[in-house]
Amino acid sequence: MSVEGCRVLPSADCHLLLDALQAKGYCVIGPTLRDEAVVWDTITRVSDLPIGWRDRQEPGRYRLERTGTGEIFGVVHGPQSLKPFAFAPRESLLQIERTSNGWSIHPLFPKPEKIALLGARPCDVAGLAIQDQIFLRGPYRDPPYASRRENLFVIVVNCTRALSTCFCSSMKTGPRAQTGFDLALTELDDVLLIEAGSEAGKAILTALPMSPASEALLAKASKRIDACAESQTRLQEQEVLPQALYDAHDHQRWDEVASRCLACTNCTMVCPTCFCHTVEDRPALDGQHGERTRLWDSCFTHEHGYIHGKNIRPTIKDRYRMWLTHKFAAWHDQFGMSGCVGCGRCITWCPVGIDVREEVAALLASDGHSAARRSGSP
Amino acid sequence: MSFVEGQRKPRLGVFKFASCDGCQLSVLNLEDELLLLGAALDIAYFPEASSRMEPGPYDLALVEGSITTEEDEHRIKAVREQAKVLMTIGACATAGGIQALRNWADIGSYKQCVYPRPDFIRTLATSTSIADHVKVDYELRGCPIDKDQLLRVVTDLLAGVRPRIPADSVCLECKRRGNVCVVVAKGMPCLGPVTSGGCGAICPSMGRDCYGCFGPAEGMAKGVGYPPNTASLAKQFHDRLGLIPIDVVRRFRGINGAAASFRRESEAWAVKRTNSEGS
Ligand code: SF4
Ligand code: SF4
Ligand code: SF4
Ligand code: SF4
Repeated sequence: MSVEGCRVLPSADCHLLLDALQAKGYCVIGPTLRDEAVVWDTITRVSDLPIGWRDRQEPGRYRLERTGTGEIFGVVHGPQSLKPFAFAPRESLLQIERTSNGWSIHPLFPKPEKIALLGARPCDVAGLAIQDQIFLRGPYRDPPYASRRENLFVIVVNCTRALSTCFCSSMKTGPRAQTGFDLALTELDDVLLIEAGSEAGKAILTALPMSPASEALLAKASKRIDACAESQTRLQEQEVLPQALYDAHDHQRWDEVASRCLACTNCTMVCPTCFCHTVEDRPALDGQHGERTRLWDSCFTHEHGYIHGKNIRPTIKDRYRMWLTHKFAAWHDQFGMSGCVGCGRCITWCPVGIDVREEVAALLASDGHSAARRSGSP
Repeated sequence: MSFVEGQRKPRLGVFKFASCDGCQLSVLNLEDELLLLGAALDIAYFPEASSRMEPGPYDLALVEGSITTEEDEHRIKAVREQAKVLMTIGACATAGGIQALRNWADIGSYKQCVYPRPDFIRTLATSTSIADHVKVDYELRGCPIDKDQLLRVVTDLLAGVRPRIPADSVCLECKRRGNVCVVVAKGMPCLGPVTSGGCGAICPSMGRDCYGCFGPAEGMAKGVGYPPNTASLAKQFHDRLGLIPIDVVRRFRGINGAAASFRRESEAWAVKRTNSEGS
């Protein structure tokens, strides 16, 4: 956060930000209260935001509580990251028609509106950057993803409070956003500090009547964000993880976690970086046309491991090991980074509260397997 | 059209055993597609819908209901002999249905309670699935079945492709729909994680917990399926969501209570219950 770039908007004037976004043609989407959690939905006025609420998250449990303060971004996050806005859970890819001499195929393209996502977290932004790597890399640009992504304007809110499930500081993705946003906010009592991260962000800022942030305010923001990082449970050093996890392939901990895991797919559905999908063709009853749809899939399903007449991951143990090892080890080989941004969603939204941090720690501990002892672990 | 030779329309038969007729009604509820379905298939036997009742053989037999009488034990064999493809529809046919609760009770005392002349009632002591009696080619789960899933499978059969009947957890559909999980946010004992999808996660979408009407999620239709991890979910219900053992028993002993993995789980908790009461 640079002194020159950072400006102050009184929280009471938050509506001016909404006005400016709406004036630029954005549909503003932000956290809203629904079904005892926060979910992304349209924000037409500031009161649509969960003002005066906070979330408490722990393994397998999510609860909201009212604080009665004027805090606008007191709820850290809900079940979904930004993922569904670029990588849709269900997307029609093409239509197929039978013709006199075969088939004709019509690709379908989404016609996304311009969306301003207000209240993303630094880990969410980092997750979106990983999705970009997957869907927009090199020659393999995914057209539906690209068109949705191009229409997103991201307003991140730096974290000043971590959940018990958060571990972004270990994954170096938060609690302060570094890149990948159009605007970044930090909420401090009754003011919002705002800085731009893109030209589009600057264009919004110029439309707002704001003063530059004082040194004192910036120092206060840094102090709170640092304290948020300090408060988190730490995960093992990133550098040692891949090899240590490969070495732990036969660790007995996999059996223990498999006895708890339901292979229900929730962890992968809420993970900001999971990108697996399946493709389904649906013919019409008359046999004259059909539609191809892409759906979110998961490495925890039976069919995911079903290849050429055989299931290569028949048991829950195979699947959990595949998931964890992919996130924290194979992802490095595949994409040159970790597949985890430390958002903690897989921990909260696991119906039986499996905590991936505990699993990693146990897998690196020495008692299960000879090769598991690594630098830094006890 | 793969499962019939030549140009003739495949002949459909719809058969009822012990059931409430709800699944057959789901067929009739395909209002928009019913005419197309009638055009694509020769509906030869469907007493619920038509007085035309032609003898077999049938290219596709849809079987609703469970086996609860000696007479039905014989009748299902006759249906099987007449059917090229036999597909069971609904929880009664695939798992014995809610009437399989009798499997844990004394049928004699049930008869006494319900009927003024129990001696008129000829019934078996158990309600069992169709697959317990004859070979079943495909199963459609649910109480009732999902009519779109039925349409989908019939369409696949007509198109000559292997029907795709996903047996992933309800959670997968629940999350695709953007629901908030009722276990995590409300502490409700949802059976979604161990239940087969296909319903589109209707119950969690209405803010309530899945009660397992699609039965256990057991891998896929073809190939070896593994039973779902009901033990872990049951433990969570008990240890963290505060269900006492009898509640856990009832959770698993519902519409699909006689399906193998749900039955094993409820029986394990029935033992725990007895033990805890005894101590
Ligand atoms: S693995 Fe878990 S903590 Fe890591 S990014 Fe995915 S959901 Fe978040
Ligand atoms: S993981 Fe970090 S960035 Fe994400 S919500 Fe928690 S504190 Fe914020
Ligand atoms: S780790 Fe938890 S959320 Fe993930 S599949 Fe297993 S039980 Fe489901
Ligand atoms: S509400 Fe039920 S079906 Fe939905 S994710 Fe939670 S456990 Fe699964």
